[in-house]
Amino acid sequence: MKDAGIKGRIASDTMFKGIIIVLSFCAILPMFLILFFIAKNGIAVIDWDFLTRLPSPVGETGGGVANAIIGTALLIVIASVLSVPLGIFAGIYISEYKKTRLSHYSRLSVEILQGIPSIVIGIIAYVWVVVPLGSFSAFSGGIALAMMMLPVIVMATDETLRLIPPSLKEAALALGASYPSTVLKIVLPAGLSGIVTGIILAIARIAGETAPLLFTAFGNPYMTYNILKPVNSMPLMVFTYATSPYPEWHSLAWGASFVLLVFVLALNIFAKLGIRKWKVQF
Amino acid sequence: MESKRSVPRSFSKALPDGETVSCQSCRRLAVRYSRFALSEPAFRKTLTLSAVAVVVLLAGIFCSLLYASFPALQAMGFRFFIGTTWDPVTGEFGALPFVMGTLLTSFLALVISTFFSLPIAIFLGEYYRYGVVSSLVKTGIELLAGIPSVIYGFWGLFFLVPIVRALQLQVGAPPYGVGILTASCILAIMIIPYSASLGREMIALVPSDLKEAALSLGATRFEMVRKVILPYARSGIFAGILLSLGRALGETMAVTMVIGNANFIPKSLFAPANTMASIIANEFTEATGTIYLASLIEIALLLFVVTMIINLVGKFIVSRLRVEV
Repeated sequence: MKDAGIKGRIASDTMFKGIIIVLSFCAILPMFLILFFIAKNGIAVIDWDFLTRLPSPVGETGGGVANAIIGTALLIVIASVLSVPLGIFAGIYISEYKKTRLSHYSRLSVEILQGIPSIVIGIIAYVWVVVPLGSFSAFSGGIALAMMMLPVIVMATDETLRLIPPSLKEAALALGASYPSTVLKIVLPAGLSGIVTGIILAIARIAGETAPLLFTAFGNPYMTYNILKPVNSMPLMVFTYATSPYPEWHSLAWGASFVLLVFVLALNIFAKLGIRKWKVQF
Repeated sequence: MESKRSVPRSFSKALPDGETVSCQSCRRLAVRYSRFALSEPAFRKTLTLSAVAVVVLLAGIFCSLLYASFPALQAMGFRFFIGTTWDPVTGEFGALPFVMGTLLTSFLALVISTFFSLPIAIFLGEYYRYGVVSSLVKTGIELLAGIPSVIYGFWGLFFLVPIVRALQLQVGAPPYGVGILTASCILAIMIIPYSASLGREMIALVPSDLKEAALSLGATRFEMVRKVILPYARSGIFAGILLSLGRALGETMAVTMVIGNANFIPKSLFAPANTMASIIANEFTEATGTIYLASLIEIALLLFVVTMIINLVGKFIVSRLRVEV
């Protein structure tokens, strides 16, 4: 380097910048490839029938994914009902009691929970719910997904509430509001946008999860609304049909993955825009 | 009571016990009941309980895994980790092929992804911090992180597998298409966002007076990046890579779909294999017999412990850096 002349140094500088730019764009290339590939194969399959009918048996063309759409919705509702209240309350605790030992440990637990591989969560839900109840069920799938949602919601709540200035809380307390109403009516609404964003991102995360559902929700080719019965879900269906040897099922899988991709990416983009639009500035 | 009379009759509704509810009294009732429901000690107790529940959940997960894998721990002992045969029929459970499979795919993926994630981190953290190009790339990376893993697998199965198969025919290897290399490529794409976003954050944290000092001494931007930014952000970038390793180890669906499911120690990069996560996904539902099931759960326990350690080390490095700056 020392002996390189000024021209050589400028050349290597330009080259470095070029390499950085090229490699960066190369890295996003797969995203466009995936979107393009799924859209190309998926759009052709999708029509009204696809969204409202049950999957067809092997050998028949056509058929739809209505049961998987209902199943995914069912799983998301169960998971949200279980994890949102607990997550928000735990998040409030961690942000309110910053110094206690419990706060430290539950923060640590949340971080570890977030890193647990999804397949391990599936096994836990199997051991905790499927074995005692004696059958695969939407309920057990919902529990598995709730365990995946929980850390995201706790973190979002904690991080948002930390940003809320203490003066706001002090003002409410000084006006004579009780501690619960200060937290629930002043602090929580002020941080609502961040928390809602966290919930949306958590839903986007679990909507595409397959691994925890393999041995909990299990999959089911028929329509069911019973939460104690196995249900199908979009990602599970993509997995089953994509790995099957039948071309008719592959086209169902293309369609299902297109619907799933649009749903998940829309949630992500919505959450991102939401952050910008609703964020309370202090 | 004055306000109650001002409400039009159509808006009031008689309750069974004769009390009339209007809009205002509704609100008053709500306030009264909310005061009843939320006495301060009860509220604080609820908060504490939720926080305890999170800790208990984690402890419960660990204990359940340990308890459920106990039959395998007892039957196989340490041979579980060094045994090379996985044969449910004869009751021989050695997890080494899957440990090797996981390590190989993850490290290969890590190497491939670092080639791309580091440039992205420099791109977003130094060259294009603001502006249209920057937000375009950033959005692209975020969406890459949002794509469900099963879709990566599906895409890999129909896009990457034929490419790898053609490559294998070129070099004369048996044309499986599926195998370690395919799985590593998919994994590499999947973990780029994790190391890139943390790397960007850490590079953006490098104090600008250091950078300006280097530039004012006549360094080119490349020299500044190499001699100032990278050494300064080194441990942060390392932590990002570590955290993405945590993701790669536990990734299940995409890998399961393209790795080829062979329960042997992989002999080459093209060979089909199995990872710890993919063997669970493949065999858990058909596992018969206590020891078989317990062995699979023991693999899950191993996976849990390893990812936990990696994540904790990564987060520890990051938190220390964030405080310092």
